[in-house]
Amino acid sequence: MKLEGQVRIPSGCAISAVISKEGRRMTGEKIIESMIPMHDRSNGLGGGFAAYGIYPEYRDYYAFHIFYDDSAAKSECENFLKESFEIVNAEIIPIRKIPEITDVPLIWRYFLDPLKSVLSRRQLDEKEYVARAVTAVNTKINGAYVFSSGKNMGVFKAVGFPEDVGRFYRLEEYEAYSWTAHGRYPTNTPGWWGGAHPFALLDYSIVHNGEISSYDANRRCIEMYGYKCTLQTDTEVITYIADYLLRRQGLTLEETASVIAAPFWSTINGKDETERKTLSYLRTVYPSLLITGPFSIILGFEGGLMALNDRLKLRSMVCAEKDDKVFIGSEEAAIRVMEPNAENIYAPAGGEPVIVKVKEGAF
Amino acid sequence: MKRIFVDEKWCLGCRLCEYNCAYSNSGVVGMSKALKGKKIYPRIRVEEKGDTTFAVSCRHCEDPMCSKSCIAGAITKKDGIVRVDQEKCVGCLTCVLVCPYGAIAPGENGTAQKCELCIGNSNSSGEPACVGGCPNKAIVFEER
Amino acid sequence: MSLNYITPEFEIKRNYDRCISCRVCERQCANEAHIYDEDSKIMLADESKCVDCQRCVSLCPTHALKIVKNECAFRENANWQSDTIKEIYKQASSGGVLLSSMGNPKPLPVYWDKMLVNASQVTNPPIDPLREPMETKVFLGKKPSRPERNADGSLKTDLPPQLELSMPVMFSAMSYGSISYNAHESLARAAAELGIYYNTGEGGLHEDFYAYGPNTIVQVASGRFGVHEGYLSAGAAIEIKMGQGAKPGIGGHLPGTKIVGDVSRTRMIPEGSDAISPAPHHDIYSIEDLRQLVYSLKEATQYKKPVIVKVAAVHNIAAIASGIARSGADIIAIDGFRGGTGAAPTRIRDNVGIPIELALAAVDQRLRDEGIRNDVSLVVGGSIRCASDVVKAIALGADACYVATAALLALGCHLCRTCQTGKCNWGIATQRPELVKRLNPNIGRERLVNLMTAWKHEIKELMGGMGINSIETLRGNRLMLRGINMTEKELEILGISHAGE
Repeated sequence: MKLEGQVRIPSGCAISAVISKEGRRMTGEKIIESMIPMHDRSNGLGGGFAAYGIYPEYRDYYAFHIFYDDSAAKSECENFLKESFEIVNAEIIPIRKIPEITDVPLIWRYFLDPLKSVLSRRQLDEKEYVARAVTAVNTKINGAYVFSSGKNMGVFKAVGFPEDVGRFYRLEEYEAYSWTAHGRYPTNTPGWWGGAHPFALLDYSIVHNGEISSYDANRRCIEMYGYKCTLQTDTEVITYIADYLLRRQGLTLEETASVIAAPFWSTINGKDETERKTLSYLRTVYPSLLITGPFSIILGFEGGLMALNDRLKLRSMVCAEKDDKVFIGSEEAAIRVMEPNAENIYAPAGGEPVIVKVKEGAF
Repeated sequence: MKRIFVDEKWCLGCRLCEYNCAYSNSGVVGMSKALKGKKIYPRIRVEEKGDTTFAVSCRHCEDPMCSKSCIAGAITKKDGIVRVDQEKCVGCLTCVLVCPYGAIAPGENGTAQKCELCIGNSNSSGEPACVGGCPNKAIVFEER
Repeated sequence: MSLNYITPEFEIKRNYDRCISCRVCERQCANEAHIYDEDSKIMLADESKCVDCQRCVSLCPTHALKIVKNECAFRENANWQSDTIKEIYKQASSGGVLLSSMGNPKPLPVYWDKMLVNASQVTNPPIDPLREPMETKVFLGKKPSRPERNADGSLKTDLPPQLELSMPVMFSAMSYGSISYNAHESLARAAAELGIYYNTGEGGLHEDFYAYGPNTIVQVASGRFGVHEGYLSAGAAIEIKMGQGAKPGIGGHLPGTKIVGDVSRTRMIPEGSDAISPAPHHDIYSIEDLRQLVYSLKEATQYKKPVIVKVAAVHNIAAIASGIARSGADIIAIDGFRGGTGAAPTRIRDNVGIPIELALAAVDQRLRDEGIRNDVSLVVGGSIRCASDVVKAIALGADACYVATAALLALGCHLCRTCQTGKCNWGIATQRPELVKRLNPNIGRERLVNLMTAWKHEIKELMGGMGINSIETLRGNRLMLRGINMTEKELEILGISHAGE
């Protein structure tokens, strides 16, 4: 059977998120619990979490989480990394052995500092330099897969139900100001850990529910800009699109949302002139980065997150608040588990971005 | 009231209108059966001179000369349509002489006949047969 | 004249039980194939003159006529087939180059028919275009590689000149001269009504049609007929025609007999003189010369009009397109080997060039590999026959399609492929006034609008089935295509998987 990446596997999913606008850090317990009522939205073939603010002591270093098939892949990868980075710390990511999670690969964590000499020689922006290193490992080193590469954040994922994955990674021991979670329902059984979600590049992480119909148009466009879609998943391509638009094109979150879930022309034509011009411009310039078909995504980034539905709202997604916290879930049940007294529960309209930012200086 | 208008710019002189007219007024089902081997007496006729061709049929005048001149009282105007009562017509053809457009001609049995917009003709569906059959929309049936 | 070896190609079958001798067929045949016999009062025929244009068949009120292939057959021979034999007879009697019209009729592979379109089942929903918005609007032109901002942080929203299309189809180049005034009027008015574009071809723009300028693409070809500043400024875009799918590598020749009256004035050449377009542009012998012409035209129009470069699909098309993309062109139009023509040497039409499907796939991929796909839009033509061809072309990577043959069919063309005679019974490929008037532009416009409206509905249905509600996300979405009955190599070039994969 073909692995994820060799074949495109559609899947349904569950997503949830919690973020503190005050930057208060929370352990992983609640976000794990949020996935339990949505158990039936996953099928045990993938679950994962992204956590922001978990490595304050290493906040200046890129935290790489890597799966290795074997120690040969590990040493090849480490040799590669040493050419570009100073390895500040390297350790096995602590896990809890549980019967629900099997076929465990080697899971390592590195804190990396780009080598200044190489960086200046290659005349690259630091983030671009790191992104290229991630792409290089994932496309060129067989048996090694970088699944997290941001600063002061980390992705934890595995083949299994999300609540089991959370226990496996001992997420109750981490504290983050922002958590996102994902349970996967793929229509196939590749059983490869890299295929689980969230998908992340630098500090952008995406959890996504849906199957987009624009996939190959998006993929073939984004691959022009040096990205390589090795997994053939929607989540991967959406992450690259977010990275491209936000980091490389310098668009704002709102502008990015207007590209990937662009308003219909009929809506655009009804706007005032300034907005109409901006929206028309974005649709004209980035037509191939429009995403169609059902999706609900939560884009995590340093200091915030953005939730977004496709423009027809073909996937469920609800939001709620309580004090300094904002909750998002595929189902209200997920939110109620995290905060029984959640307020202002509402379902954002298709294409309407929900942007939550942590108070400046609090993360 | 809708009337038949002809635009000579688009008239090709193909004369399909004449045959469609003759068929519509024949009352026989099947054009071949109706017209094969017969001389036709259409109520619309294509006039030709040089490169110009033009189909002529009754205008259903506001104040029709034909009606005024009819010695038998056979030509009347009702609901905007000028008709010839074939029972009353004596075939004097005064109407043919007075019609300024040449839109009236004797039929097969010698009585005067003219375009009556195919009303009541079972072979025509809704609009006059010349209009429906014109391949270039040179003949139109409209309100003006 | 010596013995003519060629038997009539067609047989006019007249059902005498039905024929009422109304003589409509006789009046409508510019080839004079029908004859009325006064003595016997029946219709006769001279079949050697029949080109099977079906005008008489369409107009016969009693459906008494049928034009069929003449069954008179040469002795069967798989190698020497009857067309080949007849061509030899023709050349042996005339000593000339064989001429043909319209597209390549040979049984070469039609890749559109070997590609199948996807639909959503279970994992994502199809979308009903009757209930949900379904967008087919397309912008053609260069896209900036990076946005710029004003001092206040807002986006600078000015763009290089773009063509806005309500649907990804345009009417491709057919010159006034090769087709009639009424055909042009039909195309111009339909394009304006549909929110798309038609193309003047290289015959200039008739003064009456300047009014449709916002929906007109003006062409500059190697003969430069009808080109002046007012002409360039009149259109929405300027197309430099380097080649044509039906006759790559050769120019054009409109015989002096068609250069009459307005045609002569519009082309700015004397009446009765042959309009000969050279094979190359004599100021473009290489890619750097093309760049100069592109920028000359942009200078002449204050950089307000996108410039299209149209080329025929030939063997090295990917590299050629890459060169064009770097020459400053905003749009590349590629014309496949099945594209139509008013007249082309038969051998060229039937043997030169490559299928548009392969050319498109190769060019789109090459431009992406080089990271310059957004610098240009891609328009493809050369026998786009229906809405599903359009959908497949967009999925392979085209921004829009050019159609001409389909448009002519809508106007009444029956593909008899004798445009070069100038006796088009449908009033399309002729300048004879009594024939031209057979195409009433009020009808022509309506039929073109109907055709495109129908295609638009079908495009939306196909998109909806795939769960796609905007044409942008179909563009280059090759995952929506699967091949059938194709070799590995063909699939590789098209960049698609085989059905079942």
